[in-house]
Amino acid sequence: MALVLTEEQQLLKNSAREFVAGTLAVDQVRQHRDGTYPGSDTALRYSRDHWQKMAELGWTGIIFPEQYGGLGLGYAELGIVLEELGRSLAAQPFLSTVLLAGNTILRGGSEDQKQSWLPGICTGEKVLALAFQEGGRFSPWQVNTRADTSAKGFQISGEKRFVLDAYGADQLVVLTRTSGSTGDREGLTLFLIDPAEKGVSITDLKVLDSRNAALIEFDGTEVSAEQVIGEVGKAADILDPVFDCAIAGLNAELVGIMSEAFERTLEYLKTRQQFGALIGTFQALKHRAADMFCEREHAISMTMAALRAIDDKSHDANLLISAAKARTSDAANLIGRESIQMFGGIGMTDEEDIGLFMKRARVAEMTLGDSTYHRERFAQLSGF
Amino acid sequence: MNSEKDLDKFRIIVSDWIEKNYPAELRQAPGADGQDPRQSKPYEQAWLRHMAEQGLLAPTWPKEYGGAGFSADQARILAQEQRRAKVRAIPISAGLSLLGPVLLEHGTPEQKQQHLAKIARDEIFWCQGYSEPGSGSDLASLSTRAELVGDEFVVNGQKIWTSHADDADWMFCLVRTDPDASKHEGISFLLIDMKTPGISVSPIRLISGPSAFCQTFFDDVRVPKESLMGHLGQGWTLAKQLLQHERQALGSIGRGDARRALTLPELAAQEMGTDDQGHIANSGIRNQVAQCELDSLALRTTMSRSADEARAGQSGGHIASMLKLYGSELTNRRHELMISMRGTDGIGWEGPGFTPAALRTTRQWLRAKGNSIEGGTNEIQRNVIAKRVLDLPE
Repeated sequence: MALVLTEEQQLLKNSAREFVAGTLAVDQVRQHRDGTYPGSDTALRYSRDHWQKMAELGWTGIIFPEQYGGLGLGYAELGIVLEELGRSLAAQPFLSTVLLAGNTILRGGSEDQKQSWLPGICTGEKVLALAFQEGGRFSPWQVNTRADTSAKGFQISGEKRFVLDAYGADQLVVLTRTSGSTGDREGLTLFLIDPAEKGVSITDLKVLDSRNAALIEFDGTEVSAEQVIGEVGKAADILDPVFDCAIAGLNAELVGIMSEAFERTLEYLKTRQQFGALIGTFQALKHRAADMFCEREHAISMTMAALRAIDDKSHDANLLISAAKARTSDAANLIGRESIQMFGGIGMTDEEDIGLFMKRARVAEMTLGDSTYHRERFAQLSGF
Repeated sequence: MNSEKDLDKFRIIVSDWIEKNYPAELRQAPGADGQDPRQSKPYEQAWLRHMAEQGLLAPTWPKEYGGAGFSADQARILAQEQRRAKVRAIPISAGLSLLGPVLLEHGTPEQKQQHLAKIARDEIFWCQGYSEPGSGSDLASLSTRAELVGDEFVVNGQKIWTSHADDADWMFCLVRTDPDASKHEGISFLLIDMKTPGISVSPIRLISGPSAFCQTFFDDVRVPKESLMGHLGQGWTLAKQLLQHERQALGSIGRGDARRALTLPELAAQEMGTDDQGHIANSGIRNQVAQCELDSLALRTTMSRSADEARAGQSGGHIASMLKLYGSELTNRRHELMISMRGTDGIGWEGPGFTPAALRTTRQWLRAKGNSIEGGTNEIQRNVIAKRVLDLPE
């Protein structure tokens, strides 16, 4: 697929941009953080109303087949929406609900499970979270949360960290170990669990980007065999493509974040005066802006290529996705750092937006593997 | 526009043609098994002639000017199929990649008739007369003078970095025709026959050894006024257009070359050894190799995006500066890594005790230093991006 937007995709981009401009202001990040967002639930930190509106536009169902109420489009389309949302720093449960939990159910769930959850995601009524991570970094098979057989089916005990949008979720998808030891691909099993179930406790985490994330403890939570997604012990095969697609989507968000931060910085260089001149006339800053531009262009190219590789079912999609995550992470990091430096003292204040971009970029970099992780994976997949 | 089906058919024809005609002697990488790369010269020449007969050296040029009359899509397929078949890259010829496209657009009918087909068939060799000892990055300050006397320009001055001037048949040259006009507007573009009396050439030795670069001196050189390309004072505009082609060509060096004897990961595995999983044993080197490979992939992907944008009628703008900047820095990083991997085997200058491949690494490492200077230094490229793309104030 060519690395340009089709006419339909351009229309989608325009409508996403229009929606973002009319509905989502960067300042809402502070409001959710400080609990001043009108009518907000302080730990939810995103607006269910906005989620509902985006569902009405069809965006929450972009990647889901029409039989579940979705649009049956591709990742290139989802990426367009995520990029525009990235520009506004809008905290919306796309990654958790659509790309992680929803896609897990789509790829691994029974027909009943799909019918139970996917239409609700498409209409915006349901929000879900995927609880997988346990250590301090992305290492998907490092799972110690046990699911031991019990009279009712399984009994789950363990702790999950950094579970995105867990607070307020209608259902949790939980990765557990039914056999083997930590690090093994085999022996992992996924469960659908009601967060109100006995033995589930959710602790709200306050994270750098002021988004919804939680620590979840399972203490002997009883679940039945019907709650298993896919086969017992075979979760890794379901999650491989789920993580890849989620990373590709996160890359698109990172492109949006870095593009907006970069453009705001350029605007600042064209308006801020010192020594009687616009600071954008100084070559020391011009050259660094040119470098930021190059890094962003490569991040855009790689992100587009990776999203299209998923849609094309290309055999090297995973390699492109990891390469793209390494590039978007590094580019967002560079642009985040440089933006603050170029804004100078005002960039250090909470009142100025630019710092919010760096904070969200840093969290997105750490989500689902940073550039070191993905450079390593790229090397492995390349065979050296 | 060609339909998908037509293009698929075209791809098969092209790939069959390459399969049938590409000499077996060239299918081995140059320098593989310590073979002297010069031995394959005659086969390279024969392959080049073969390509030229079909117009494939200038695939998108009209047939009447020695091209193949291909559409952009067809030319892309040709390039893809050549890469797939690991056909050795054609050395960047100044006539084909730099002058040709500008001549097609701005040359007089007589100039096109006289030069294009010969360029497309690789029969005449061109060199570029741009830089002067006093005009490097500030190229527009050039002072080689061309005074119109009767029907002739009389040229006096000196050019530097004129690649292959000692072998070249012709030179395209920037000269000052109006010393009173502003520095950009007083420049014109001349096509000069190198056999004209008054021209002398001396080669330049670089830190990497003998080079293709020369200095060229003009002493009352008489050039017919029909050799002016464009109109008087239009030279700078044409020069900039041509520089875009040059930057694109230089940038593409960084995306990696299929004809390299060993890929970077292969070289790393050879020099550093591998662990029991087949990974490069030294994790620091492995990480740097991964970064270089990943960056080449990003550069290639951006080049495809830029081509896709051009096909869709969305001009990417000054992408050439970006490609040149990024490509040359990447090439430098690759060579730094290669020479550090070779250790003391990589610091030989010549003679016994060093493999030909290691000696080439050393020379290429030195030569690559010029990549971020020639075609406009990378600092100039950053200025161009800041001004033309980012619209930053002057």
